Amino acid sequence: MSRPYEVMQSPPQVLAAPPPATATRHRTRRALGLAAAVLALAAVAALSLLLGARPLSLTEAWHGLTDPASGAYTVVHDMRLPRTVLGLLAGAALGLAGALAQALTRNPIAEPGLLGINAGASAAVVTCITFFGVQSLTGYVWFAFLGAGAVSCLVYLVGGGRGATPVRLALAGAAINAALFSYVSAAELLQTSALDRMRFWTVGSLADASMSTVVRVLPFIAAGTFLALRLARPLNALALGDDSATALGARPVATRVASMIAVTLLAGAATAACGPIAFVGLMVPHLVRSLTGPDLRWMLPYTIVLSPVVLLGSDILGRVVARPGEMLVGVVTAVVGGPVFLFFLLRRKVAAA
Amino acid sequence: MKTTVERRRVIRPRPAIALTVTALLTLAVAVYGLTSGDYPITPAGVVKTLVGLGDATDAYIVNELRLPRVAAALVVGAALGLSGALLQALVRNGLASPDVLGVTNGASVGALGTIVLIGGGSVAVAAGAAVGGIAIGVLLMLLSGRAQGNRLVLAGVAITAILSGVIGWLLTKAQLVDAARATLWLTGSLDGRGWDDVLPPAVALVLVLPVLVLYARPLAMLEMGDDSATALGVRVARTKALVMLSSVLLASFAAAAAGPVSFVALTAPHLARRASRATGPNLAASAVFGAALLVCADWAAQHLVPGRQLPVGAVTGLLGGGYLIWLLVMERRAGRL
Repeated sequence: MSRPYEVMQSPPQVLAAPPPATATRHRTRRALGLAAAVLALAAVAALSLLLGARPLSLTEAWHGLTDPASGAYTVVHDMRLPRTVLGLLAGAALGLAGALAQALTRNPIAEPGLLGINAGASAAVVTCITFFGVQSLTGYVWFAFLGAGAVSCLVYLVGGGRGATPVRLALAGAAINAALFSYVSAAELLQTSALDRMRFWTVGSLADASMSTVVRVLPFIAAGTFLALRLARPLNALALGDDSATALGARPVATRVASMIAVTLLAGAATAACGPIAFVGLMVPHLVRSLTGPDLRWMLPYTIVLSPVVLLGSDILGRVVARPGEMLVGVVTAVVGGPVFLFFLLRRKVAAA
Repeated sequence: MKTTVERRRVIRPRPAIALTVTALLTLAVAVYGLTSGDYPITPAGVVKTLVGLGDATDAYIVNELRLPRVAAALVVGAALGLSGALLQALVRNGLASPDVLGVTNGASVGALGTIVLIGGGSVAVAAGAAVGGIAIGVLLMLLSGRAQGNRLVLAGVAITAILSGVIGWLLTKAQLVDAARATLWLTGSLDGRGWDDVLPPAVALVLVLPVLVLYARPLAMLEMGDDSATALGVRVARTKALVMLSSVLLASFAAAAAGPVSFVALTAPHLARRASRATGPNLAASAVFGAALLVCADWAAQHLVPGRQLPVGAVTGLLGGGYLIWLLVMERRAGRL
C-alpha cells in the first residue's frame, strides 16, 4: 500500500515525510503505464477488426469502416465492429465487477463467475426464455439483473460478508453454481427448442453481437462504471477496517450496498449481453494489483482498460485457433484463466484461513 | 513385561441400529419404486416376482424394466457415498467431494468428448467417463503434494471451472441430437438403465472392497494428522494414494453409469455421521446412505412433476446445493470455517 490515504498518515511528522519527488514520480509512472495500457487496448481493438474467418488488411479495414461502397463494409460494420465494441464494454464490466467484489469481500478469489453471480443471471435468463417465451434482450436484461442481484446477496450472506475466507466464498459459489446448473439443464431438457438457443448462450460468446445489443447494455454498464469509480475512495478506506473507515468519514454500510449494486449492474449487464464468462474478473484485478498496488483509485481505471484487452484477446485467440470455425470466448477465458488461477493459488498462501 | 491387551471389538448399538434401519428403509423404498409406474403392481406382487413366483408379465416388467433402474440407483448411490466418505476423510475436510474437486467434471468431459467427437455407444461413453475422472484424480494427487486441505478444495474449484468451459465448448460443437443426449447425460439420469449399466459401479465397489478392509483403520488414524499417523505406524503416502485412487474409481464409474449425479457424495457421509454418531470415516454407513439418497431422489424425480420425468441429477443438484449452502451457514455459526 504505497499511497493509500493522505489522512491515514495522521501523525504530523509522517504527514511531512514522503518526499514530494517520490510521490510525483510514482504518479507519473502510473499515468504513463495507463497510457501504455490504452495503447495496448487500441492495438487489440484494431486486431479484432482485422482478424477472423476472413482476415483484412489495415487499408481494407479502414475502407470498410469509412466507405459504404467498399467490399469489407458489411464485414466490418455488421460483424466485427459490434463484436469489438461489445467486447470492450463487457470486458470492462466484468473486470470492474471482479475488482469491486474483491475489494468488498477483502478476498482474493472473489469473482462474478466463481461466485455464481453470472450463473444467477443466466438462470434467470433461461427461466424467462423457457417459461415466459421472452426472446429479446430488452426483455431479459431485467431478469439478468434480478438473478445477479439475488445471487450476489445470497453469496455475500452465506460466505459470511466481511469475515469471508476464500474457501467459504468459493464453496458458497460452487454450491450456488451447481444448484443453478441443475436448474438450467432441467429447464433446457423440458424444452428442446430452448436448448438449441441456450447452449450457445450459456457458454459466453461475443459472436452474435449486434449494435442494438451494445446500445441496450451501454446505459447499465455506464451507470455501473460511474458508481464503481465513485466507490474507489470509500472502498480504500474500508480496507482498513470498519472503525478506521468510519473515522475517515466513509460510511461502511452505504459503501457495501452501493458496491453490491455496482457489481450486480456490471455482471448482470455483461452476462445478459454475452452469456456467463468466467475468470476475466479474477485475472485482471490480480494482474493490475501487481502493477499499481492496492490503491483502488488507480486499480479501477487500469482494470477498465486492461480487462477488455484480455477479453478481446481471448476472443481473437478463439477466432484464430479454430479457423474457419471459432472457439467461444467463454471457453477460451476458462481454459486460459483457470490455470492462471491455479498457479496463483499454489504459489501464494491464499487458503491459509 | 508383556501385558495382554484385550482386543475385543465392542459393537456399539447406535451405529449398528442406524445402519440396519437405514438399509431396511432403503430396501422398502426400492420395493415401493418397483411397484409404481404406468402399470401398477402390488408390493406383495413385487416381492413374489423377485423370489421368482410371479406371473410372466410382472416378471418382465419388474426384472427387465424397473429392477435395473432401481439396482443402478442403489449401486451408484453406494459408490458415490463411499467415494465422498473416503475423500472427506483423506482431505480432512467435510466439504470435499468428487464433484467439488472436479473429478465428476473430468468424467463429464470424458463422456461428452466420446459422445460429440467419437460418437460411441453407452459402453464407449462409460469408458470415456472413467478415463476422464481418473485423469483428474491423478492430477489432484500430483497437486496434493503442494496443496492440502482447504487449498486442495480451492484447486478443485478452479479445475471444475476450467472443465465446465471445456464442457460448454463440446456442447456447442455438437449436433442438436447429440447436444440433447449430452445435456441429459450431464444432468445425471437413471432413465432407461439396463443391467449392463449397473455393471461398472458394481465392479468398482468390488475392486475397492479389499482397500476398504485393509485401510479403513489407517485412514481413521490419518484424521489425527500425518505426523501422528506415521508415529502410530501408518504408511501415510501409500494409504493416501490408495484411498484417493479408490475414491476416484468409485466416482468415475458411478458417473459412467448414471452421469454426474451431483451432491450425493457430499451429503451421504454427513447424514451417515449424524445418524450413526460414530467417529472415523463411517464408510459402511455412508455407502448405505448414498444408496438411500439416490433411490429416494430417483423416485421423486419420476413423480415430482406430473406427466414429466426429471433427470435425477436435477433433483439432487437442487436439494444438494441447498444443503451445501445450509451447511456453510452452520459451519460458520459453529466457527469451524
